Amino acid sequence: MNNEQTIHVHEGAVGTHEVHGNGHDGHHHHKQSFITKYIFSQDHKTIGKQFLITGIIWAMIGAFFSVLFRLQLGFPDSSFPILETLFGHWAKGGKLDPEFYYALITMHGTILIFFVLTAGLSGTFANLLIPLQVGARDMASPFMNMLSYWFFFIASVIMMSSLFVQTGPASGGWTAYPPLSALREASDGSKIGMDLWLISMAMFIVSSLLGGLNYIATILNMRTKGMTMTRLPLTIWGLFFTAILGVLSFPVLLSGAILLLFDRNIGTSFYLSDIYVKGHIMPNEGGSPILYQHLFWFLGHPEVYIIILPAMGMVSEIMSVNSRKPIFGYMAMVGSLFAICILAFLVWAHHMFVSGMNPFLGSVFVLLTLLIAIPSAIKVFNWLTTIWRGNIRFTPAMLFAIGFVSMFISGGLTGIWLGNSTIDIHVHDTYFVIAHFHLVMGVSAFFGMFAGVYHWYPKMFGRYLNNTLGYIHFWVTLAGAYLIFWPMHYMGMAGVPRRYLDFSPWTSFNKFGDLNRMISVVTIIVFAVNLMFVFNFFYSIFKGRKVRTQNPWGANTLEWTTPINPGHGNWVGDIPEVHRWPYDYGKDGRDFIPQTEPVNPDETTH
Amino acid sequence: MSTTWIIVALLLGFIIVFQIAKASEYVAILKGEEKTRKDSNRINAFLLLVFLIAGLFGVWYCNEKLKGKILPPETSDHGEKIDTMIWITLAITFVVFVITQILLFWFSYKYQEKEGQKAYYFPHNNKLEVIWTVIPAITLTVLVGFGLFYWFQITGEAPKDAQVIEVTGSQFKWEFRYPGKDGKLGKKYYKEINEDKSNPLGQIWSDPDNHDDVVVTQEVHIVVNKPVKFIIGSKDVIHDFGLAHFRMKMDAVPGTPTTMWFTPKYTTREMKAKYGDDFNYEISCDQMCGPGHYGMRGVIVVESQAEFKAWLAQKQPQYAIANGAQSAPANQSSSPMDSTKANNAKPTAFLNK
Repeated sequence: MNNEQTIHVHEGAVGTHEVHGNGHDGHHHHKQSFITKYIFSQDHKTIGKQFLITGIIWAMIGAFFSVLFRLQLGFPDSSFPILETLFGHWAKGGKLDPEFYYALITMHGTILIFFVLTAGLSGTFANLLIPLQVGARDMASPFMNMLSYWFFFIASVIMMSSLFVQTGPASGGWTAYPPLSALREASDGSKIGMDLWLISMAMFIVSSLLGGLNYIATILNMRTKGMTMTRLPLTIWGLFFTAILGVLSFPVLLSGAILLLFDRNIGTSFYLSDIYVKGHIMPNEGGSPILYQHLFWFLGHPEVYIIILPAMGMVSEIMSVNSRKPIFGYMAMVGSLFAICILAFLVWAHHMFVSGMNPFLGSVFVLLTLLIAIPSAIKVFNWLTTIWRGNIRFTPAMLFAIGFVSMFISGGLTGIWLGNSTIDIHVHDTYFVIAHFHLVMGVSAFFGMFAGVYHWYPKMFGRYLNNTLGYIHFWVTLAGAYLIFWPMHYMGMAGVPRRYLDFSPWTSFNKFGDLNRMISVVTIIVFAVNLMFVFNFFYSIFKGRKVRTQNPWGANTLEWTTPINPGHGNWVGDIPEVHRWPYDYGKDGRDFIPQTEPVNPDETTH
Repeated sequence: MSTTWIIVALLLGFIIVFQIAKASEYVAILKGEEKTRKDSNRINAFLLLVFLIAGLFGVWYCNEKLKGKILPPETSDHGEKIDTMIWITLAITFVVFVITQILLFWFSYKYQEKEGQKAYYFPHNNKLEVIWTVIPAITLTVLVGFGLFYWFQITGEAPKDAQVIEVTGSQFKWEFRYPGKDGKLGKKYYKEINEDKSNPLGQIWSDPDNHDDVVVTQEVHIVVNKPVKFIIGSKDVIHDFGLAHFRMKMDAVPGTPTTMWFTPKYTTREMKAKYGDDFNYEISCDQMCGPGHYGMRGVIVVESQAEFKAWLAQKQPQYAIANGAQSAPANQSSSPMDSTKANNAKPTAFLNK
């Protein structure tokens, strides 16, 4: 059953496939050294793994930072001598210094949003899956693809180095709003750490653009014979719209960052006006800090869709495979991805309802923002219908996909609160927002990523992850995420502002001591369990159960027609031809019909 | 010490879990992988159902525990509108939340893999898809409608008789300026700021409107049932003038003044009587502004017209403080409240219309 695909590879397709081949035919003619195979590799699969492993390292750092500041928030009266041992003057007497606390939250946000959930998520799966699922030997430009990773690596090195400078890394929030981020006098993190942050982000944007252009080019031009756009798996659609969003919005952030560098270093006044800071009267007049917010959120909002669309795509695919049932409403799924992609560019100012922006302008953004709930609702209902009357296999990947939908519902519904400017006035910049975005894009995107890792791990490494650890990982993370973030809605309703180190001076916000302690304890447990996942990941690369069948999940898509450990070029011999959409599960009494199988004239049409 | 123990406990736990996980793989091979897979399928399906029930219970329990800790309701006219909007939205989103989560976990449980069960080939259904496009669209239109109806009232022009107070945020404190009896705030320019010469806001002393303006820090007094309009600015970085109890919030942006207005409904004393002595109308900075952000606290005291008048009467205009008492206009310090008094003669004007 697993090899029947090869029967259907058509001789007639050879001519076409030459075009796709990039000079490879699946065999290695050139000798590869360790360096060209594992380090400066141009193989999309290796680059995908590089993104993933770098992302995992960043995720551990970013999550560890959250554990550190949760210690402070959960146990404000205790001191942790170990912190002083580790961080010296940043944690004198075992308590976090305020500068350090703000550096931690800034880096937590920056690392997880950009380095993990953008590069680590779409970088990994776009690289791994696009050529494999569209039927190409590699990306349109493998060299550019390699550069994309190495620019990400340079960005990582710069960001990492900023953690070690004397005045500390950037500490103005992941949004880096000027004037705070522009004025060296305003905080320690606005000194050299901020310059390094901006330069690192510039490198990151270059990486993202090189990758994105490649993904788009590959999806549009390098599909195998018969792979029309409407036969693409939804993973590819998700990654395709992600790449478009990135290519169109990251340059705007780049311009915003460069103007900020100018304001900081060569005395321009793009964002600065009428400033008196720490006894200095600044000469700058006429700039507007709001300009930065517009430039930032023109990326910043699409960014959350850059994070969530790949997860949506993978979840759709994994749900369909494990329900043994077609994804419900394929065209509606593609259409809603498209709608989200367009609307993503038209809603950025909903982050700025209380910035003093014209209320009429705000009202336009309310309308456009709430419109996004429509495609999101369609997607949720379609996922529900996909599992309805299925025959569901609960692999760890499937469980994470179900968890994704649950998180996406919980976090998405509060988006309807925040997108409505009237409510936003009250809950803006409170814990309500933290609860909202952690559920809807933080935890959800992580669940999508975990689902992807568990599902495609056999393709990446030819081995399985340990299932028992996978189940523990899922259940603890699911329950933990709700325990951490659900009660934060109440803190937000009580007006508790985010980014507060200590609530003791306040009489309105100091009522949540027990809750904060509980959240911190759960955070530590969830962190520990996720470290266990990381261990499982690396351990299984070498010691995991070996994959013995070509198509372990009984899936229709093309990546499972490659050898268990595909070489550079992916297919031995010709690239298979595609005859149908990827979701023929449970059709005509058959468990699954791979894309490579020609349509039988007697088949029912849908 | 306890940190070390926690780390040791975590490590031990980890080793045990890992050994169990490793062993389970061997057991699976002994028992037959297909059988193990089916067993774990059943267990996970059951756990999904358990999670649904435990989760819904958790939602209820969390509400029981925490509902008393969210803010007292309705302390300003705008706050009432925002609360109404929250209730409307909560009603809709909560229903959707419960239904979709139940369906998600129930379907997962019910349609778990079973011997002889066939998945139903159901790729699309236009009627269903139209239904769940149109219903959300209608619902959201309603929400947008209500939202904007309130939004324009809240962000609309303040009533003419509103008391005007200027707020200035800076790292990490709040300063307030009241127009004196002329009812006008004098001109200011940031380059005039000179804290040594008692000119913290950069008032231009050559402007006579400035001569009766009173500057106070950290604590601002306003009058109950009288609209108040804040003109909000910042000296250094972006702050946010956040009034959680009144459900109001507005950024303080250097170089770009913003405004906010509302009508407080209860005095601080009334609220203290009702909610305990540690009740305060606190002003929080809600936009991250540097290392002291979390301590950028101010207080609003809501009081009666008479109390307010008495309070303001003891304040000296900043002009007098900066330029010595002798240069202050004679009528200045005696009765800076005349203009406000005139305004307050119209007590019916407290509503926003």
